[in-house]
Amino acid sequence: MKRFNSLTEIRKEILSGNLTCETLVNYYLENINKKKHLNVFLEVYSEEALKEAKLIDAKLKNGTAGKLAGMVIGIKDVISHKGHGLQAASQILNGFEAQFNATVIDRLLREDAIIIGRQNCDEFAMGSSNENSSFGPVLNDADNTCVPGGSSGGSAVAVQADFCLASLGSDTGGSVRQPASFCGVIGLKPTYSRISRWGLVAYASSFDCIGIFTRSIEDNALLLEIIAGADDFDSTVSFKEVEQYSKGFPIPKKLKIGYLKEGIGNGVSASVKEKTLGSIAKLKAQGHDLHEVEIPFLDYILPVYYILTTAEASSNLSRFDGVRYGHRTKEQTDLLGMYKKSRAEGFGEEVKKRIMLGTFVLSASYYDAYYTKAQKVRRLIKDKTDELLAEFDFIIMPSAPTTAFKINQFSKDALAMYLADVFTVQANIAGIPAISIPNGVDSNGMPIGLQIISASFTENKLLSFSDYLLNLN
Amino acid sequence: MSLRDKYQPVIGLEVHCQMLTISKAFVGDSAEFGDLPNTNVSVITLAHPGALPKANKTAVEFAMKIGLACGSEISRYNEYARKNYYYPDLPKGYQITQDKHPICIGGKVKIKLNDGSYREVQLNRIHMEEDAGKSIHIDGETDTLVDYNRAGVPLIEMVSEPDLFSSDEAYQFLTEVRKLVRYLEICDGNMEEGSLRCDANISVMLKGSKTLGKKVEVKNMNSIRNVQRAIEHEIDRQIDQLEKGETIISETRTFDAGTGKTASMRTKEEMNDYRYFPEPDLQPIIVSEEWLTNIRSAMPPLPNYLLDKFQKQYGLPEYDAYVLTDNKEIALFFEEICGKTTNYKAASNWVMGPVKSFLNELTLHIKDYPVTPAKLAELIELVDSRKVSHTAAQQTIYPEMLISPAKTPLQLAKELNILQDSNSDSLLPIIKSVLAEMPAKVAEYRGGKKGILGLFMGEVMRRSKGKADPKLASELVIKELDSIE
Repeated sequence: MKRFNSLTEIRKEILSGNLTCETLVNYYLENINKKKHLNVFLEVYSEEALKEAKLIDAKLKNGTAGKLAGMVIGIKDVISHKGHGLQAASQILNGFEAQFNATVIDRLLREDAIIIGRQNCDEFAMGSSNENSSFGPVLNDADNTCVPGGSSGGSAVAVQADFCLASLGSDTGGSVRQPASFCGVIGLKPTYSRISRWGLVAYASSFDCIGIFTRSIEDNALLLEIIAGADDFDSTVSFKEVEQYSKGFPIPKKLKIGYLKEGIGNGVSASVKEKTLGSIAKLKAQGHDLHEVEIPFLDYILPVYYILTTAEASSNLSRFDGVRYGHRTKEQTDLLGMYKKSRAEGFGEEVKKRIMLGTFVLSASYYDAYYTKAQKVRRLIKDKTDELLAEFDFIIMPSAPTTAFKINQFSKDALAMYLADVFTVQANIAGIPAISIPNGVDSNGMPIGLQIISASFTENKLLSFSDYLLNLN
Repeated sequence: MSLRDKYQPVIGLEVHCQMLTISKAFVGDSAEFGDLPNTNVSVITLAHPGALPKANKTAVEFAMKIGLACGSEISRYNEYARKNYYYPDLPKGYQITQDKHPICIGGKVKIKLNDGSYREVQLNRIHMEEDAGKSIHIDGETDTLVDYNRAGVPLIEMVSEPDLFSSDEAYQFLTEVRKLVRYLEICDGNMEEGSLRCDANISVMLKGSKTLGKKVEVKNMNSIRNVQRAIEHEIDRQIDQLEKGETIISETRTFDAGTGKTASMRTKEEMNDYRYFPEPDLQPIIVSEEWLTNIRSAMPPLPNYLLDKFQKQYGLPEYDAYVLTDNKEIALFFEEICGKTTNYKAASNWVMGPVKSFLNELTLHIKDYPVTPAKLAELIELVDSRKVSHTAAQQTIYPEMLISPAKTPLQLAKELNILQDSNSDSLLPIIKSVLAEMPAKVAEYRGGKKGILGLFMGEVMRRSKGKADPKLASELVIKELDSIE
């Protein structure tokens, strides 16, 4: 069977009688089985997906199928799916079964999407390489010695390796865009609060966004249209009307576009720089107005991100205490011992590191020096970013300074890996939408991504421009 | 000079009130007290991964009400915060509370002092938060059981300034707070069941000193009386320490109602660093002018307002006003009587006397009291218009009213045949015959022995079968005696 790049292609085949959802699911299941070594899925719902496929085939025949009929989708293991395992790739949630559906799951299922399984990721979405999963790393399908990026590595590779048409991931500092870039797929992080977080295992509440991996902009737009919007279960979600992203947005003849100075600067690899410059040139050739811009407070972006996200994480992860569910130590001990042992056994190194960092920055003696100050700088960065995006329609930059790096490359130097997030983190600090689109490959055939950011709640414009740019390339 | 005279105790109270909302503070689960363990526990209460809180608007309004009642400034910008600590009855590993932006800032609670004067105790703040679950330790069992029904039930915490200077003042303060929350119907004020809880911060310093002594926090007092006892004990203990030349350690102590003593729980060094920070899962609550106005206009009458009104408008003695306003329903019941009679003092006497003792004896709530305020007002009028005597009203009609609450007092007086005879035409023949039959006594009276008037009166009352209006009868007897030549 040929590879499908969009739901439209699939629906066309189904309509012409050449394809059923059942054969489609079988096709994806075969692909998954063929490449088990990529370690993408923590659990595959083969029987359930096939059963659903038959039901949806019947619905398609009698014309009652939803908008996502024919869409086979994978879910990062941080999204609550009732009756299914949920463990954020962590041993602390060993054996945990979700008791409720995340809002996004409800909305997907209502439109007849088929969920094929839950995907490996960095434990509690903390990481940039998927090496922090308690189930082992996910491998990049373009080169199995390379990481897929993280934290939504499994979700990116699933789309890259044709295990499903789309994936839902989560993006707290680039966890959708960076793996999308490393795997050559599209990854969207919408505006903060655009999609309900109800059912998303929290890492850093004021940064966390559910994001979408697809092979086409139209699928991304359609999925966003379906899962975004007001929700009674999340009081931080936006009430702003959800636009019809799938209808698109007319791209003006002349756009004012910024390109990031540092995005073509010294810290960026030659191939990434070249492709980024290539995009800039193409846009100029189309008559758009391009200007060099600087990320506001660049030096503060990573410190602010790590202070605030670890602070929130240290509190968000307190509920995993071995008392009500999840892992509890087998050792006989007192209450404090139970907490300590359960958490020491259940959490991985990176998670422990971030909990400790977060606990430290919130502690009474350091609170003002770190947390308070970081909040202030976050506000400054947000204001400056909003100002910039009021002036520019879009700002473009590489999604990551390099292509996918080798597994274990940064195992001794966490800070170097943290630095790789420098381009993606700004969007989470400022809450703005951002997307990574494929922008060619390097000499080794490793994918390169281009990141585009725009003002809050301009996903429609952002998606249409991405489509336009992909067609230019 | 006793040691007590050498030292000045300074006390601040932290009062937690469980809100009488239908659902919990951040989830739709029922907030009902006393349900079977772990029946009101959704994924939000149990803090499942991915569950998010949602603020209960009624709980916010309740907090606004107590703030308005205390004259606090109501914050227009309200932020929730997380207070982080581990305990099995705290499902999320943090409590949602308020830190830097509490809903009520400042305010006062008026208390009555021992010398009869009043003083306003300063509040620091009132903030909203959620309750924890309940850990249940069963004797002989090593495991602890946890009931999460209470986890997430809305609380307000009222924090006073260190502005109380004796255990009596603390007692009065708590009594007033309890009265207030009950008037506002936001909390049942039951300390035994734990819906009202109080921690006391106690220190002592040398009289005249400007610097406060080291404070000790005392917990686990399950009645207002026990708060008073704990403070008394703690003052003595601290003075004793200081007199021995020892220093006071800042610590948390627990009160044992059995021994009346406090014992150390943890010292300050062992205390948690709660790592407060703004709750990122909830939007700040913005209190609009309109919202505040709506709450303000829906405020019930408050005890101090009624206390003042009963004295000034109804001319009641302070004591009466105080007793009547102790309970909102009784105060309102009294108010209703006063809408139908102007004999306020009689109304007060009826309510403070027969009504309250009836309720107390049967441990009934005023809403179960059978007689309506209107009928009590009629009974008062019956006495005032001298249709029945006060004694007959209280001893004969009133008991019948409790049995047959549908009947009017007038109906009952007729049925019981005790309507007073206020007719001189029917009384005069009786008086004349009594006097005619007692010539010797009449002579004695006329000889100056005025004291035997009662003798004639008794006889007249007896012959009228008690129905004679005593006042009228006595006037007529005197007139008749004086007119006999």
